[in-house]
Amino acid sequence: MNIERRLVRKDSLEKLFDILRQNKKTVFAPVMKNGKASFKPVGSFSSIAEDYIQTTQSSKEVIFPRVEKFLDYEKNGKEVSIKGFDYQSVTETVLWGVRPCDTIGFGTLNSIFNWDFKDEIFNARLSKTIILSFSCNKSDDYCFCTSVGGNPGSTAGSDILFTKLGADGDYLAEVVTEKGQAIVALASELFEKTESVEKEKFLANVPVKFNQEEIRKKLEKFFKSSQWVEQSLKCLGCGACAFVCPTCACFDIQDDAHGKIGSRMRCWDSCGYSQFTVHTSGHNPRSVQSQRWRQRIMHKFSYMPERLSVYGCTGCGRCSRACPADMNILEHLISIQEVKI
Amino acid sequence: MDDLRKRAKELIDTSAVKVVIGYEQGTGNKTRALFVENSEVADKLIFDSRCVQNLAAYVTKQEVKSKGKMAITATLPVMRAIIQLASEFQVNDDNLIVIGITPESKIIDFKNLEEVETYVHQFQIEIDARNREILDKLDKMTPSERWKFWIDELSPCFKCYACRAACPMCYCSRCTVDFNRPQWIPVSSNELGNLEWHFMRAMHLTGRCVDCDACANACPLAIPINLLTKKMIEDAKSDFGGYQPSLKGENLLSTFKPDDKENFIQ
Amino acid sequence: MAEFEPKIVAFVCNWCTYAGADLTGTSRIKYASNVRIVRFPCTGRIDYMLLLKAFDEGADGIIVSGCHPNDCHYTSGNFHARRRWMAFRSLCDFIGIDTRRIKFSWVSAAEGAKWADIVNTTVASVRELGPYDEYKKVAKKPVKEESHG
Repeated sequence: MNIERRLVRKDSLEKLFDILRQNKKTVFAPVMKNGKASFKPVGSFSSIAEDYIQTTQSSKEVIFPRVEKFLDYEKNGKEVSIKGFDYQSVTETVLWGVRPCDTIGFGTLNSIFNWDFKDEIFNARLSKTIILSFSCNKSDDYCFCTSVGGNPGSTAGSDILFTKLGADGDYLAEVVTEKGQAIVALASELFEKTESVEKEKFLANVPVKFNQEEIRKKLEKFFKSSQWVEQSLKCLGCGACAFVCPTCACFDIQDDAHGKIGSRMRCWDSCGYSQFTVHTSGHNPRSVQSQRWRQRIMHKFSYMPERLSVYGCTGCGRCSRACPADMNILEHLISIQEVKI
Repeated sequence: MDDLRKRAKELIDTSAVKVVIGYEQGTGNKTRALFVENSEVADKLIFDSRCVQNLAAYVTKQEVKSKGKMAITATLPVMRAIIQLASEFQVNDDNLIVIGITPESKIIDFKNLEEVETYVHQFQIEIDARNREILDKLDKMTPSERWKFWIDELSPCFKCYACRAACPMCYCSRCTVDFNRPQWIPVSSNELGNLEWHFMRAMHLTGRCVDCDACANACPLAIPINLLTKKMIEDAKSDFGGYQPSLKGENLLSTFKPDDKENFIQ
Repeated sequence: MAEFEPKIVAFVCNWCTYAGADLTGTSRIKYASNVRIVRFPCTGRIDYMLLLKAFDEGADGIIVSGCHPNDCHYTSGNFHARRRWMAFRSLCDFIGIDTRRIKFSWVSAAEGAKWADIVNTTVASVRELGPYDEYKKVAKKPVKEESHG
């Protein structure tokens, strides 16, 4: 469908929020705690954080929770009764205040979770989620969305994208999908008709730093490079980068067993952990951190484009901001681009 | 700074060590670890008040250790960590040289770990005033209030284990939390899983923690987990007269006194 | 609703408290039946994580007991345990775990009456405190009543 442009007065945002709440929708929005913004269910408009470049965690948790329970079981002699995933528990959810580099990530996750196996739980959550995103009007040195096909005002993945027109201005609302139109229908008086608006001048300036297609080609011959060892020497092997990432989707199936009863769930996992690839025999095909770091980059910039036709990075820069050892992905990608083979 | 670079070059050029671990300017306003393996790289070494990452976490890392003999730029908390690691047989004079550095960027030359220990023992481990205040506030709460406080503070934790990775004392190749037979700690980063993980971490660091704050600094979600270890340092003071990392290797919880005093056993 | 019956798990050493509890029985001293005894070789073997596991699985109170100081079958297991209990207890208190629900004691093989008293007073005080809902809410274990014959 064609993108519809509407104008939303700055005072109307709160009204829109209240209307969403009145319509019994759970609204997840960025909330500040200990100086870090993260997505939480929000009851009042005033608790939504405003002054942040990027939330510490991506909003993927709303659709791909860090712990997702699949089933409960109970053993009775030789019988096992299973209570499966309750799809009724997935209710209409609104994601408020997402950045374009997150919304693009949902497309990437969608490719991963529907690659060969169709993940119904993921799909149920995604289909019930309405994404109201906000363009970026500021950025920092860790941002590089424009190098990986995004931009601070990209509508990709959004149902409605809001762009603030000036420091104290009103909002341009770009209604991208039918889900977005349904929101407009709930509060049509707030979405005024407007002439064409130039939003570009209100967007953050994020310069292009590398060419991801070039990186992909280079990686084909880069597997044995000594760069991986050099780059990863300071990596501590935690999972912060993967857990804040909007597209990292690795998980581990875990059972929580209590005698005859228990439940099975999937929990986030990270390729940075030394245990990630350990076999039952004790053998570890990725025994050192450089191999794990290589996997992270190769997966995002080589394997995923090859298999899923999408890149596994949205340029949000969260991993670099979160890293306790200052492993900066942008810096490493630029140095890969600069290496002559 | 020049002294530090000179010393690093000397150590590399004379083949006294294979690698010098120090700090360099990172991205943004961060500093980060630098591994100097040839003397040109030594010019990147820096030191200032931002250099708080505990570099001792690297000396037990396989990839770094396998390079050969190491030298490490060590602030007081790093020196403490090194002594603790030495007492646990993780480093020794044959594989590590310590380049001490004062907050004023003055180099301290140490001939061996014994000298490092002597230096370290001049200073008690003291909780800073800001955290002291928070601990006092928590002390005044009822247990129920503290329970709520911790459930809430730990709720964002997604178990990335950056705290564990950044901690020089957490060097086990297989952590209790990674065991699934028995499953000591629920893998889920839910309320119980988070509570038990941080409980276990604090217990394992009791009597070993050097109060470097690396765990809290590493936490991407800024959870004040160092309060747990700080509290254990405090209680070690009142219960056991405090502790200092020591080459003698008498860790608080691996030793005892027949006349240890408690007031709760019936 | 029937009166609340607390579930108490007792972690005891094989040589003193377990033998003491045995003596309670052979001396025909009656005591509260709310306690489930778990026998360990020594208090030094009682991992503090096991105590938390008891709460995870729905215990309302815990007893930890072993040989008196200087009487350890392995000479110093209980001295090590005592230090760990001190650290464990203060961490519990700091994190907000209700330490009134965790009773530590020394009960020798000759103290059958003391064991009965420890159990009875613990059951009484935990009964007063009520079920440990705070912890159970966090543990979120699907609760099922087992039937004991």
